Amino acid sequence: MRAVEPWVIPPMETFLAESQARLCLLMTTAGQVVAQHGFVRAVDVMGVAALGAGIVASTGELARTLKWEAFSTVVHQGPQQAHLLASFNTPRGRWVGLVVFGPDTSLGLVQLFFEQLVKDLAAAAPEAPAPQPVLAANFEHELNASLRTLFGS
Amino acid sequence: MSASKFDAALELVTHVPGVRGAMLVSASDGVVVAEALMDEMKGSAVAALAASLASRLRRAAEGAGRGAPRFVHLTATGGTLLAAPLGDDLLLVTVAERSVNAGLARLEMFRALEILG
Repeated sequence: MRAVEPWVIPPMETFLAESQARLCLLMTTAGQVVAQHGFVRAVDVMGVAALGAGIVASTGELARTLKWEAFSTVVHQGPQQAHLLASFNTPRGRWVGLVVFGPDTSLGLVQLFFEQLVKDLAAAAPEAPAPQPVLAANFEHELNASLRTLFGS
Repeated sequence: MSASKFDAALELVTHVPGVRGAMLVSASDGVVVAEALMDEMKGSAVAALAASLASRLRRAAEGAGRGAPRFVHLTATGGTLLAAPLGDDLLLVTVAERSVNAGLARLEMFRALEILG
C-alpha cells in the first residue's frame, strides 16, 4: 500500500483486511491520487483515477439534471469482479474511493466496511495545513514527490 | 415474486413474540431485498454479515460432506440470529431476543419460505 498522506494507511489497512477487497484507490474529486493498494503500474492508477473521478462527476451531473439528490455510490457488477465507486466528505475535502472486489467477499460487506473506512478517515485526519500559494516550481516538486510516494522512484 | 409476497412472508415471522426483525437478503451480494425491522436495527449491516456467515457455514458443511445447511441458529449473548436459504439466491434472516421461542420462529420461517418458493 502506498499513500501520499501516511495517516490514511491504518484505516485503509483495516478496511482491506475486513472487506477482502482486491484493489483500493482513494483520490480527490479532481482525480488526484491520495492512496492506493494493489495497483502495480503507475499508468493504471492514473487512468483509473481519472476515469473514476469522471464517472463520479458525470453521475453527479445526471442527478442534478434529473433534480435528484447526488448519488453517493455507484456499483458495477461483473461475473467475476465488481467495483464500488463512492464519494464522501473528509476533513480534507471531498474524496472518491474506488474498490475492486471479487467473489471472495460481497457487495454488502464492502459497503459495510467502506462506511466504517469513511468514519475512520474522518477520525484520523489531522488538522489541514494552512493553504500555501501555488507556484509552478512548488507544483512540479510536489507532483514528483507524490508520484515517488505512490509508485516508488 | 411480488413485493406483497415478501411482505406477507416477513409478517409471518415478525408476528412471533420476541422477533425484532426479519429480512430477505440476496445471498451472493449480502444486500437487503425486503425487510421488516421493528426497531432501529441497521438492516444493511445485519444483511451483509448474515449472508457472509451463511456462505461460510455452507462451505464448511459442504466441505464436511453434509450438504448445504437448511437452517442456521446462532445464539449470542444479546440475542438470536436465525437464517434459512431460499434456493441459491435468497436468505431469510431473523433477528430475535434471546428468549424467543426458536422452534416457533423456525416453523414460521419455513412457512414464509413456502410462500416465497
